[in-house]
Amino acid sequence: MTAHFLGDTAVLTGRTLRHVTRSLDTVITTAVTPIAIMLLFVYVFGGAIRTGTASYVDYMLPGILLITIASGISYTAFRLFTDMQSGIFERFQSMPIARSGVLWAHVLTSLAANAVSVAAVIGVALLMGFRSGAGVGAWLAVTGILVLFTLALTWIAVIPGLAAKSVDGAGAFSYPLVFLPFISSAFVPTGTMPGPVRAFARHQPVTSIVDTIRALLAERPVGGGLWTALAWCAGILVVAYVFAGIVYRRRIS
Amino acid sequence: MTTDQGQGPAIQVRGLEKSYKELRVLRGVDLEVRRGGVFALLGSNGAGKTTMVRILSTLLKADAGTVRVNGFDVAAQAAEVRASISLTGQFAAVDGVLTGRENLVLVARLRHLKDPGGIADGLLRRFSLAEAGGRKAATYSGGMRRRLDIAMSLIGDPPVVFLDEPTTGLDPEARMEVWQAVKELAAGGTTVLLTTQHLDEAEQLADRIAILHQGRIVVEDTLDGLRRLLPPAKVEYVEKQPSLEEIFFAVVGADGRTPEHEELS
Repeated sequence: MTAHFLGDTAVLTGRTLRHVTRSLDTVITTAVTPIAIMLLFVYVFGGAIRTGTASYVDYMLPGILLITIASGISYTAFRLFTDMQSGIFERFQSMPIARSGVLWAHVLTSLAANAVSVAAVIGVALLMGFRSGAGVGAWLAVTGILVLFTLALTWIAVIPGLAAKSVDGAGAFSYPLVFLPFISSAFVPTGTMPGPVRAFARHQPVTSIVDTIRALLAERPVGGGLWTALAWCAGILVVAYVFAGIVYRRRIS
Repeated sequence: MTTDQGQGPAIQVRGLEKSYKELRVLRGVDLEVRRGGVFALLGSNGAGKTTMVRILSTLLKADAGTVRVNGFDVAAQAAEVRASISLTGQFAAVDGVLTGRENLVLVARLRHLKDPGGIADGLLRRFSLAEAGGRKAATYSGGMRRRLDIAMSLIGDPPVVFLDEPTTGLDPEARMEVWQAVKELAAGGTTVLLTTQHLDEAEQLADRIAILHQGRIVVEDTLDGLRRLLPPAKVEYVEKQPSLEEIFFAVVGADGRTPEHEELS
């Protein structure tokens, strides 16, 4: 059966990608909220925020990209939940195919859909004056970190997608993830925050990821923060993947 | 992979047990289904019919007992079992975002068949869905969705097909369409295991009938055999009133085979 894994996964990914292209509103709404936050912060709050950098758009874009991904993955949970409800998931599981291909199809579709949303947000940021002199290598590194972050969050999304009892439950998990960048270095330097908040902000995953992407785009050395960021992404990915596997096996046995 | 396992029974169940926590759903089911024809598993709601179908189709693990489908053990040879079967569950498992044709092509490609498009077109014609084939399945009526669902189950000609309450929630016309499809399927040599709580459905379709009650098969025979369990028929003269079903079909003028003009608004 493993010989068919790639082929089956490709066919199933084609199916879930059609779900995205036939409801483009899901991609658009994924991008709209981060763009609105970006407009709000740059044109309303931004003037009063002292970041020590010349352009506030450049400063906050990394955090906005993480918010985009965090809201995008709730649709992955939604699509998976719909498959579970409709019975098509069981149809696939009772067919002679590579069973895990069904989950991987949702994960790959999540990567593609989020890539489109992220590109749209970067496009708007460019219109708002975002500029980066970063070279190909730095952009590839940024892409790699964002892909790893998306993968980690997508496997988190698989858990409620498989286990949720209602469609609201399937989507609700993403709210704290969307909120997390606000208590980080994404919008304001952590130095101005009161002690406990600052301690949380400095040591939660978003800060290291945001700082690394910001340094890469600003052509500054990334330092040890890169490894912290990668460790967070890889750690979340592994834990979420293992938990999703447990939930999956519980659902099909 | 070979899915043809010779001449043994299509389904063989010995001492099957399954509990959900304290609830003992199946308490030692023994069942043997020969190849070919329609075998009806009859039982009231909660009798364990769906649990049984889920175990037979490798979606659920049994607590005890052995189950062989097409000669393969569901626990040890799950992949071979899946290659031998097709499942149509209680809720039409079609992808509403895809068109009817795309649903069929999808299954044909997952079964690694040549010419998925040709297979899809053939099935659309056979199930009177050719005109609706280009529309999203979400726009189909209940009967059309169920027909598409059954068509998807036939792709790759699996020797054993499970139909779990295939007419639940359908109107009388759609039910007749599904019955027709099941009869054609059995006529083609496929073994059909049908679960139902409608006695008339089993009477209409089944060659053999088993009654699942309180977790066990309490009786299993042909319809005639089951009839002999009761005292012989008495001849009585009664005034024949048309049944509501006869009135319904007389009024709507259907012969049970409705083309695809039906549609959800």
